[in-house]
This record gives sequence, structure tokens and C-alpha cells, in this order.
Amino acid sequence: MSLELLSGSVAITRAAITAGCRFFAGYPMSPFTGLLEAMSRELGPAGGTCINAESEIEGVNMTIGAAAAGARAATGSCGQGIALMQEAIAEGALNETPFVVFNMARNQQDYFQCTRGGGWGDYRTITLAPKDIHEAVEHTQLLFHLADLHRAPTILYGDPLLAQTLVGVDVQPLELDPLPAKDWALDGSLSGTGRSRQVWTWAMGKATDPGLGPDGHWRAVAEKFDRIAEQEQRHEAIAVEDADTVVVAFGSAAKFAEHVVEELRAEGHRIGLFRPITLWPFPGAALAEATRRARRVLVFELNAGQMLDDVRQWAHDRDTVRFVGGVSIGESGLDYGPLLDVPVIKQRVLAALDLEPARS
Amino acid sequence: MTQRTTLDLVDTSGPPTAPSTEVASAHPSLILGEHSLCPGCGEPVALRLILETLQELGVVQRSIGVVGHGCYGSFVRIMDIDVLQCLHGRAPSCATGIKRVRPDSVVFTMQGDGDMVNEGLQEVLHTAARGENVTCILLNNGVFGDTGGQQTATTVLGQRTKTSLEGRAAAEHGYPIPISDLVASLQGVGYVARGAVSTPGGVAQTKRMLRRAFESQLAGEGLSLVEILTMCPTGWFVPASEGPGYQSESMETVYGIGELVSRRGEQS
Repeated sequence: MSLELLSGSVAITRAAITAGCRFFAGYPMSPFTGLLEAMSRELGPAGGTCINAESEIEGVNMTIGAAAAGARAATGSCGQGIALMQEAIAEGALNETPFVVFNMARNQQDYFQCTRGGGWGDYRTITLAPKDIHEAVEHTQLLFHLADLHRAPTILYGDPLLAQTLVGVDVQPLELDPLPAKDWALDGSLSGTGRSRQVWTWAMGKATDPGLGPDGHWRAVAEKFDRIAEQEQRHEAIAVEDADTVVVAFGSAAKFAEHVVEELRAEGHRIGLFRPITLWPFPGAALAEATRRARRVLVFELNAGQMLDDVRQWAHDRDTVRFVGGVSIGESGLDYGPLLDVPVIKQRVLAALDLEPARS
Repeated sequence: MTQRTTLDLVDTSGPPTAPSTEVASAHPSLILGEHSLCPGCGEPVALRLILETLQELGVVQRSIGVVGHGCYGSFVRIMDIDVLQCLHGRAPSCATGIKRVRPDSVVFTMQGDGDMVNEGLQEVLHTAARGENVTCILLNNGVFGDTGGQQTATTVLGQRTKTSLEGRAAAEHGYPIPISDLVASLQGVGYVARGAVSTPGGVAQTKRMLRRAFESQLAGEGLSLVEILTMCPTGWFVPASEGPGYQSESMETVYGIGELVSRRGEQS
């Protein structure tokens, strides 16, 4: 074990390489840029390739090509850049190419983008939202695994704190179950044998082997996402057993909210925290259980209330749900504004409880 | 009168005899079935040339195709080649990803002019500028054939299309883009040529171009591009039988046939 002081971008890069990522393509856009720079430095010496693509669209499509050829591949961007990639992310979901998208977002306004997508077709993207860099190192490896396991694009939803903060990290490989061979990957070896392969969203098969066709293929993909929705839900629940108030938050904001909950617990409030780790699939059943005894469910996220929709859908009693977050962007437009602050969050939570802050 | 013995060699009073049967069965073994394109279309000819070339070069079992969207997309079903069908315009980017992780493979893209020169213009130019070692094949018929004959970036001036019914006029529709000339102007390319399949001679010449393009990839010279002018009588509003003549008179007079870049034999 040896700790190194690394930025989140470098730590995630090391984790990706540890997971076997050997192809990366991306287009600079802050705060994602640090990850691209780290990949450009570290992937080559690890035997891989990093391309500073000329656009997000080219970067994600290069990644599809590398993934279709069987490599562990990744791309990334944030916000508007991810928006440009959505057509290809949907394509990857429907033609079943596994790759990882690092959304080192500027804030939490990409929730719908990550969980609903903007492409066409019946698809979803597994999205993990780590609360800190240590978890991001694990999530990065897990996302490559889940991408290959389910043959689908996956997303790491990071943010400026995750990308740019320096912490002591020891990147260790995760112990994960073996995966099936990528016998579907294109390498040309079956060309000319009558059994050549295709990776194709419409999956019409070869003339000699018609396959499922688009209707059958898309049904199978939809059923796969139903299975993923059942199998891959992840969450963390802190002190919810006796809580009459449950705060729901994700990503970096959850780390701040967790601190607030700890303080309020110490002050005698029966309050807990529920943190969706997978934003999709949303851990709905676990949220319903965690909020079963709560009189208030407070959603703190730094946007106009995007996860709020999911919480309302799954909370034990939707009428208990209140929004205590909001849009809060720093002056640069590239990071969080003043709402991401423990005293501010505490004040909002207390206001929702109709209680004044405890005097010190 | 002199006896014309040569005509007597073929008896047309019954079914075709052995030589005709041999010709009919001599289709390339990499084609798995019948194509579904319109009579008079030039693209099946181009497909055959591509597959024959791969076969003759002995690289079939390391060949990977990347196709975009257009009529030729239906070739995915009949090509006995590993294929990635990708989004409109993105084939050179997808090919880049494949080639970078499998540098020993022979990677080729097949795109139409709507695919490559409209939506995918950025992709092909940057892929060429990066010198990616892949072979891009453009099937240029001057229209969006798959959607029924609308104007593309390569539609020549005066050509009638569904979206320029009176003929493409520069003042209203702008000028066509000679993509091969643009690509040829970039560093990073090993071979660029423009052929046509409107005549038997053109077919033979185009096949030589394809061979040289793939040889360029095998030699690691950078991007190779072969633009193949193909007939689309359906999209051109002309009878199928007039397609080759129309192409010769319209497109081939605008887009010069021949090699634009060939680095073979150059000292580095």
C-alpha cells in the first residue's frame, strides 16, 4: 500500500488503466480537461492510445470503434459536450458496444442527461455518482466491468470537486467476477468464412443468418435494461432506521449533506441520509424502505430539482417530499456556487424542519 | 458470302450453355446473397470491386469494414466481412478507433456523399489530417439516394434533385465540394484517387485505384481515399439505361478522374 497525492482526474485515469482501459478519446472542456490531459500522459506508457479528438462527436465515435473491436475504451466531457455525444451513446446502447463515459460535470445539472439520455430508442445508461475520489477510483473500475458485463455504455457522473481536488490515493485493482469472452468483437478473423460478425444498431443479420432483426433486437435490448434495473441498484443509507427526516442527495453534494446529517444527529435530531449511488438504475425500492417512517423527505441537489422526480416517484409517501436544493453555479460558470456549503445546507434543512439552528 | 463462324459458337435456341453458367457463378465468394439496390445503381459494382480487391490482396481475415448510412447500408447483410455500421458521417472516426486498437487489421470505410461530405465532412478531413492508416471509400452519386434523391454537398451545378428541382444553382444552393481534392491537399494522406464505374474501362481503373489504396494502408502511409462516382438513375430522374451516360456527362466533367496523391515509392 502506498498513498500518492493525486488529483481526482489522475486517480480516475490510474483506475481506468488498472481496469484495462487502453483507448481514450476526448475533447477538452473544463473540468473534464484534467482527465483528458492525464490520459494523454499515462495511457501511452501503459500501452494504450489517447486521442485529443477534434470534437466530442468524433471522440465518442472513435470510442465506439475501439469498443467494437474489443478494447476497453472510454471517452468523456461534461454538460454541453455530453449533449453532443448523446446520439452516439444511444447508438452504443443499441448496438451493444461497451464503453465508459466520464462526465466530469460542472455541477449537478446533468442528472437528466445521464439518467434519461438524449438519444433515440429504448435505452438507459448505468450511471454511478461517487461522493469522493476514493469511491470514484472504485466506481471507475466497476463501470468498465458493468459495461462489459451488460454490453452497454456506462457513465461516471463526477464534478469539479472530484476532478480537481488533491487527495492521497492508493489505486488498487478491484476483485470482480470473471466476464464472458468478447466473441462478438470485430477482429476480421471470421471475415470470409460465412460467419463474419456485425455490430449494428438495426441488427438485421447477415443474409445467411438473419438473426433477430430490429424488432427482436430492440426487444432484447429493452429486456436487458429491465434486468439491469433490477440487478444493479446501489445506494447508501445512513441512520434512516429511526429517522423522521431523510435527506436525499447524490455525488459531492451528498458528502456535504452527510456532514450536515451528522451534526444534526449530534444535536439530537432524528435525521438520516439516503444516497443513490446508481442514479440509473435508481434505487427506488431502497428509498421507499428508507423513507417508510419519515415525516419529511428533503432532497438536496444542485439543480432545479431533477432527481426530485425520482424521489417523488419512489418515496414511501410522495407528499412528504420537499426540495431544499437549487441552482447554484460559481461565477466562472465552471463549478458550484454558494449552496454547496455545510452551514447553508444545514440552514435549509433546519428551515424545512421548522426549527431554528441549535445555539452553540 | 463469307461464313461468320464466330456467331455460330453460341446457340441461342435453348438455355445458356456451360460458359454462361460459369460466368453467372463467378460472383465473389465474399458476397453472401443478392443486393436489394435499384437497377442501374453503380454501388453494387463498387462493392464487388472492394471485396475482390481484399480477396486478391489476401487480407480478408483481418479486414474490418465500417459503413455509414445510405443505400449501401444494405450491403452489411451480404458482405462476408466483419462490419461496424455506425452513425451517419462518423465512419472515419469509428475506423480510427478500430485501427488504433487493432493496428494489424485492414480497416476500410464505405460512405455515400451525403454521409461523408455533408454530415461527416469534419470526420473525414480530421481523420486525413491525423494520417490515420485506414482506407476511406466514397460512393459519390451526387444525391441522397436512400431518401429519394435530395441535394447533397456534391450535387453538381445544374443537376436536378428533389430539393433543387430546377437544378442546383450556385446563387441559391452554393457550390459542390470536391472532397477528394480537399483531402488530397492535406498532409497525412498516402493515396487519393477518383474513379468511376460508368464504363467497363472505368471499372477496371477504379479497381486498380482500390488496390493501390489498400496497398498504401498496408504500407502504413496514412489515410487512403478512393472516391467512386456511381450511378443513381432513380435519384437523378433518368431511365436506368441512361445512368452511365448521364454520369459521364455531368459528374465526370466536374470531378476529374484519376490519382490525386500517390506516395508509393516516395523516399521518406
